[in-house]
Amino acid sequence: MHEPETLGDVLAKRGVSRRGFLKYCATLASLMALPPSVAAQMADKLTRATRQSVIYLSFQECTGCLESLSRTHSPTLEGLLFDLISLDYQETLLAAAGHAAEEARANAMRANSGKFVLMVDGAIPLKDGGVYSTIAGRTNIEILKEAVPHAAAVIAVGTCSSFGGLPHANPNPTGAVSVGTLMEKGLIERKPLINVSGCPPIPVVISGVVAHFLTLGTLPELDGYGRPKVFFGDTIHDRCYRRPFYDQGKFAKTFDDEGARNGWCLYELGCKGPTTYNACATAKWNGGVSFPIESGHGCLGCSEPDFWDAGSFYAPLPAPRAPLSAAAGAAIAVGVAAGAAVGLAGLYKRKKAQQAHTKLTVDDLETEKKP
Amino acid sequence: MGTSLERGIQGFIEQVDRPTASFFESCVRCGMCAHACLFYTETGDPKYTPIYKLEPLRRVWEREYTLFGRIKKWLGLSKPVTEAELKEWEPLVYDSCTLCGRCSLMCPVGNDIVYMVRRAREGMVAAGVAPDGLKQAATRAVKIGSPMGVQLPALKTQIAKAEKETGLAIPFDKEGAEYLMVLSSAEIIEFSEIIPAAARIFHAAGVSWTFSSDAFEATNSGIQIGSSDIATELVSRIVRAAERLKVKYVISPECGHAYTALRWEGPNLIGRPYPFKVIHIVELLDELRAAGRLKTEGMEDEKLTFHDPCQLVRRGGVVEPPRNVLKMVASNFVEMEDPGTLNWCCGGGGGVSSNERADELRLKVFSRKKTQLDQLGVRTLVTACSNCRDMLEDGLEHHRMDIKVVGLTEMVAEHLKQ
Amino acid sequence: MTGVELLNWARGPGLQIALVVFIVGVAIRFIEMWLLGKSPDFAEARGSAAAGGWRTLFTRSLPMPGALKRAPLVFLGGYVFHIGFFITFLFYAPHILFLRAVTGFSWPALPAYLIDVIGLVSIAALVAVLVHRLTDPVRRFLSRTGDYVAWAATFLPLLTGYFAYHRLVTDYTTMLALHVLSFELLLVLIPLTKLMHTFTFAVSRWYNGAIAGRKGVKV
Repeated sequence: MHEPETLGDVLAKRGVSRRGFLKYCATLASLMALPPSVAAQMADKLTRATRQSVIYLSFQECTGCLESLSRTHSPTLEGLLFDLISLDYQETLLAAAGHAAEEARANAMRANSGKFVLMVDGAIPLKDGGVYSTIAGRTNIEILKEAVPHAAAVIAVGTCSSFGGLPHANPNPTGAVSVGTLMEKGLIERKPLINVSGCPPIPVVISGVVAHFLTLGTLPELDGYGRPKVFFGDTIHDRCYRRPFYDQGKFAKTFDDEGARNGWCLYELGCKGPTTYNACATAKWNGGVSFPIESGHGCLGCSEPDFWDAGSFYAPLPAPRAPLSAAAGAAIAVGVAAGAAVGLAGLYKRKKAQQAHTKLTVDDLETEKKP
Repeated sequence: MGTSLERGIQGFIEQVDRPTASFFESCVRCGMCAHACLFYTETGDPKYTPIYKLEPLRRVWEREYTLFGRIKKWLGLSKPVTEAELKEWEPLVYDSCTLCGRCSLMCPVGNDIVYMVRRAREGMVAAGVAPDGLKQAATRAVKIGSPMGVQLPALKTQIAKAEKETGLAIPFDKEGAEYLMVLSSAEIIEFSEIIPAAARIFHAAGVSWTFSSDAFEATNSGIQIGSSDIATELVSRIVRAAERLKVKYVISPECGHAYTALRWEGPNLIGRPYPFKVIHIVELLDELRAAGRLKTEGMEDEKLTFHDPCQLVRRGGVVEPPRNVLKMVASNFVEMEDPGTLNWCCGGGGGVSSNERADELRLKVFSRKKTQLDQLGVRTLVTACSNCRDMLEDGLEHHRMDIKVVGLTEMVAEHLKQ
Repeated sequence: MTGVELLNWARGPGLQIALVVFIVGVAIRFIEMWLLGKSPDFAEARGSAAAGGWRTLFTRSLPMPGALKRAPLVFLGGYVFHIGFFITFLFYAPHILFLRAVTGFSWPALPAYLIDVIGLVSIAALVAVLVHRLTDPVRRFLSRTGDYVAWAATFLPLLTGYFAYHRLVTDYTTMLALHVLSFELLLVLIPLTKLMHTFTFAVSRWYNGAIAGRKGVKV
């Protein structure tokens, strides 16, 4: 086995200047809310570090996450992710196919056992023995069971592997679950798990996590959903440049009204920004060009669990998730019938009491006084 | 047959109607009614909170008429009202409530609390749980003809006296008279000045009137004790007499609850409208004044005030007439604090005056009237209810206040133009 | 259960359950009361019962003369929290969106900062009203468990709403879920507690005014 390349070697080969790399590290540091002084340290450490071995497993997914991570025309900040890692197995990107590909995975696992980072993309179906997603005749859960014990940490890439995502959406016909759920249920070994949710996730978040791991040797601090707090600490709404319009009560009512053209708040058009934790409003997309709200569409809440089941993307957040009229109609019928029954029973009771009434006389009052 | 707890509970059940149920549904236990009730304001004892006086009725309503109450009853989660509880509530329902209705004005959700107290008494009396004083008064009213035991000869004596004093013939059992006059027994015994006063006023105004030997007692102990059966018997006497004499009006005398009994409850007790109208004597005086048939001369110049009888004013609707009439004969009439429908009770209405057990409490809470009167510094207090008058005199004496209480009709008679 | 799951439940099945309990409960209590009826009044009327009823329905919102002085806290606290509660409920933009989705009607909202202040003032008023209930002899004497339950049911939507608005205590999603759930608890408890007065007060006031109005008395 040849000496593993350091990250510095790779960067040099790719013609990335030290200055450019410093800039990259400074951006990462700032995104991760680390002091600027860390940037230089980070650059130094990363340059000398061996590229992180990564095995990337794809299950019930749409390849959107991989698209998001790999779609780079020029060495952009996002693109640098692939300089940080040595992607030792990724079915879609792998040149090899069939048995050769399977062998590559086995090799990578063996060579880097206990050191590689396992990235998981897609949910894992459990129903009917997991037959709904298989690779080379093996179910996703089998593959995962085999890989996880050798991994140093697991990064769930995208909402499907983080929370179940689209496959998990009601009625969840394949019994799809997230990596975290599998660990909770004890179906796979427990390893440090980082959920980088989003449909797709923001690439720089993954590079940030990997950089953190490489630089500090630890995983970043996570929120209640196992997401790195530095990227998922605020809601889209709280960081949204349209927030002042919300506070002023200025809302676009349709996608084509004056409010929409003036860039007013999209809350009434179903924006889920208030309940969505992600870095879109700050990190943005496409090399920092824009993010959905900036393009005039409300946030779908894609980085949140069960976002597919949260009702229409275009129904405002306060609107009921399910129609109420049928239930209300039935309730009125039941209520009126029950009320009428109790009321008529009351009337009957009173009538009976009145019929049974015997005239009270003063003699009755006197008899009471006798012992 | 006697009275029994069962009869009492049945009595409560008979009394629950839509307003009662709505009132109980609406109560938020804000306690504001306490601040409208002189039994609370003068004692500071929370048990006198008006709505609390209705607990037995409320519990019967809840157990018998609400789905949740019925479920609770069925599951054994609510206890039936016991005789001991009724006895515990007796002083609250009878001694510390004069049916004045001030609480009904206070209630923010609009509960007519006194409407319910009146109904609660139906159940209480059917259970035999009512003050002895009231039971005895009701018995005398039914058996002798008057709660104070006054009989026809006593009235005839007073009428003879009045005829002699005024030189006027006072008509008796005159068929076809326009007005039938009835009196409260207090007016026959204590405040008999009303008889010559009325005679002189009606003579001067040319009013065709009569007394009836069949029905001269206007008061109704049945209303006070809360028995519609007894109240019906008593009110029917007047209705029968009025129908026999074919009068157009029955004059309710200067007595608050007699007015309520005759004017507002009577037709409902007998279950049909009257073929005659009921008019309070002060209303009649005001009508005569407006028609120019009542002419007075001279004025009372001393500062005086008017005590609004609750049943006449707040519960009766005769608010302006006493003021109009009083202003004819008094140049220095001043209103008390909280006049008219806001008035504070004398403390002895609603049967409290017949209930000796309540005397101590009644005299204690008279402090409210004392405060009102002290603020004005008047020496004369006019009213239009002989029961109020009796209670005011008692209270004033107890509190050693030197204030004269005068009946309005009498005062007018004194100023009749000769 | 995660905050999002809780919110999804609250906005979906939770709301349906609460609405059904609310409608069934209110219908039962209202109809069982209404059907009891009122016997006809044979006494010759001096004034109009209906006019008196309608009049009192509105005028009873104002305190009886002298009442403010006798129990200022009950009245002021009561006014502030009732008015505050309804302003925050009816005029906060997200609430209007909820009501629009449910009823089809919508109306202009008040600025959020104003709702914030009104909500806080209402919370303060409710706390004051509770302290008064616990310390004042009359109110303490009258109070039953249900009164405190009703208080809490009124208080919680305001409190969780305030917390959610200011991102306090826990994450916004969870707090929003708790806010929606507290509103659903309020809906459920309306027919189960004295909160039923929300509907029956109108009947009570009407009868009070009508009974007096018939006699020519304005109450």
